Amino acid sequence: MRKYVPKDNVQKKAYYTDRFHVVPSVPRSKVEEGSHFADVVSTIGADAKESYIEIGQLVLQINPEDNFKVMKTLKETCGYTQCSEQSAVDYLAKDNEFELFWQLLNITEAKRVRVVCRLANGAAIESVEPLFKSANFAEREMFDMFGIKVNNHPFLKRILMPDDWEGHPLLKTYPLHGDEFAAWYEVDKIFGKEYRDIIGPENRDPGKVDIEDTKRFARIGYEVPFGAEYNSEEEQDIEYSETFLVNYNKKSSNELDERR
Amino acid sequence: MAQHQVNYASSAGLPIALTSVDKLVNWGRSNSLWPLTYGLACCAIEMMASGASRYDFDRMGTIFRASPRQADVMILAGTLSKKHSEFARRLYDQMTEPKWVISMGSCANTGGMFNTYATVQGVDRIIPVDIYLPGCAPRPETLQYAMMMLQKKIRKESADMKKNTKQDLTTQTGKRVRLI
Repeated sequence: MRKYVPKDNVQKKAYYTDRFHVVPSVPRSKVEEGSHFADVVSTIGADAKESYIEIGQLVLQINPEDNFKVMKTLKETCGYTQCSEQSAVDYLAKDNEFELFWQLLNITEAKRVRVVCRLANGAAIESVEPLFKSANFAEREMFDMFGIKVNNHPFLKRILMPDDWEGHPLLKTYPLHGDEFAAWYEVDKIFGKEYRDIIGPENRDPGKVDIEDTKRFARIGYEVPFGAEYNSEEEQDIEYSETFLVNYNKKSSNELDERR
Repeated sequence: MAQHQVNYASSAGLPIALTSVDKLVNWGRSNSLWPLTYGLACCAIEMMASGASRYDFDRMGTIFRASPRQADVMILAGTLSKKHSEFARRLYDQMTEPKWVISMGSCANTGGMFNTYATVQGVDRIIPVDIYLPGCAPRPETLQYAMMMLQKKIRKESADMKKNTKQDLTTQTGKRVRLI
């Protein structure tokens, strides 16, 4: 749980100051002797720098250059025929490297293995697309979101963001509201940069009230006609219709003794 | 000369309606508003429900068209991502005059809950909007009401589209500009 932060004055300051919240570590246990995972660890051998069980899943820490070799062994010898997820985690601020992971599934044994490696910033990883076809889109997404290059990928192109996009949105350094390129993307592309002044910056404040905008906002007591020029600060009396205020009292109502 | 021909000038009830060109043209325009089949997100489900038999847009003369060339109204139903904004504008440009735009739902109006880098913060940044329809997602009744409000708006307009200020866009800087 995140610690509670008072939400008053949130319009002035962002209350998510703990954006880089560190998740508490999950307990790790040793691989049991004679289990299926013990066979997997012995098959991988020295390529696994570290191996342990996390929430019933085997985690194998490897070197980034061994990824294809390890994945091939897992698929062909250990029966991990599905790569259900592949992506990266940004640890650039802490270690100047990414953590890449591959989540593999063995359908016959109903076991999952996570292969994890640390990749230095700017380095490229070998594609596992020849082994797992699902890695095609997953690696494209990783390239799109983090800018991690994948060697020997058949079609390494952005998959979610537009082809002419600048920046990689899942990096922790990427602002949530976008950088300048993102903020003006649609204006620049459709109308051209000279229209920036005309269209104006994006309104990022959902609670923004502009009292001079008489089309969208009306102030009770200071009402002006729709779309009128805003200039007065004089309070005007509100005229209520007669039916608006009805004096309900004992006399005006008719109480029944019994239900009709 | 046919025997049954009515002599209009001499009969008491003249079958002649006097009107202005504006009213005649707007009567035609407002009663057959053909929207473009263009759903962007979950609001499109409500838009489809409005078109289906229970709410029945057809009875209002509103028939969804699959081509922007045949459409009068663009209902921007849902989140407009920045990647897609170019195509939304192109579809709008492909529609023939006269054309109107309904921005349906919070996401189309202001970006809604998608206060992020990838969402257009209000479709009026790229397309001039006639009706802003609040809700997340608006019920089909709300869309019908918006359509009726648009009909009301059209009936007040001039038949000459050049005289209408619809193309104008009040920007956040307060300037009124004409977008292309």
